[in-house]
Amino acid sequence: MDLASAQVIGAGIAAIGVGAAGVGVGFVFGSFLQGALRNPAAAGGQTGTLYIGFAAAELLGLMAFAVAMIILYAR
Amino acid sequence: MAAGKIDPMHQFAIAPVGSDQLAASPFQFTNSALWMLIVLGVIVAFMWGGRKRELVPGRWQAAVELLTGFLDNVTMQSIGADGRKYLPWIFTAFTFILAANWVGAMPFGIVPAAHPFTVTSQFTVTGTMSIISFAIVLGVGFWKHGLKFFTLFLPHGTPKVLLPIIFVVELISFLVRPFSLGLRPFIAMFAGHILLDVFGSFVVQGLNSGSIVGYGVTALAFAFVVFVNALELLVGAIQAFVFALLTALYIHDAVHLH
Repeated sequence: MDLASAQVIGAGIAAIGVGAAGVGVGFVFGSFLQGALRNPAAAGGQTGTLYIGFAAAELLGLMAFAVAMIILYAR
Repeated sequence: MAAGKIDPMHQFAIAPVGSDQLAASPFQFTNSALWMLIVLGVIVAFMWGGRKRELVPGRWQAAVELLTGFLDNVTMQSIGADGRKYLPWIFTAFTFILAANWVGAMPFGIVPAAHPFTVTSQFTVTGTMSIISFAIVLGVGFWKHGLKFFTLFLPHGTPKVLLPIIFVVELISFLVRPFSLGLRPFIAMFAGHILLDVFGSFVVQGLNSGSIVGYGVTALAFAFVVFVNALELLVGAIQAFVFALLTALYIHDAVHLH
């Protein structure tokens, strides 16, 4: 296999991590919604915490994207 | 490009603007600098329109007051009662990232000879902003607490045996922060614009193919581009908010040491 094909395959495998981060982000918002529907009065004060959790989960997906791009365009 | 190779990276290329008299000079006025000035102009125009200070605010003034009130609220909630000192930088970071993300998402490409450029899709820009945030954290921490600032890495109630390990772990987590803070808005814009470029090329290539399947691909890709554009506006706002919120939290750590 030549280098270009290996790069494309490797970038595709690295992109799996983005889907995993999608699961994480969905879990963050889903859990927040569950808690917020049980106690709507307390939900408003927790949006900051929600976005911190979102940021932490999303960062890993963005890292996977960055790794895929580095593999794809590395010379 | 009818059926050519899609080149989604071209939109991020930085090139000098105007005459190339300064071509030999290391100082050049690039398209990045031009769009930073445009973003600054947008922010100044927006804020200037809301400076009438009427008792009953009009629509524009209400929008400006919404922005300032929201950021004031975030800062006070995250840092505490003495948080207003740090509001200028948090306001600057939020408005700049938000305006740059949204100006970059606008369809200026339909104007001939205009080359739209998203400033925040360059790590040099967001990385510099995160370094400024981090410099403020370190400066405030050492100014307020001196060498006691290092107790930031030792949470209360840690067992004595674990102290060296916890110190190293907390130190690493602290040192990764500026990197992750700058990486987040950069990759979000970068990925979104690559997606838009790729699916925008699908629209054009499907039209050029001249077949029924090609027109179907065009219709699907066009609907997807519209959806992703809406998502880009949301992501741009969320990333600006996350940058401001995390900066405020890091400053809170430096001010209060846990």
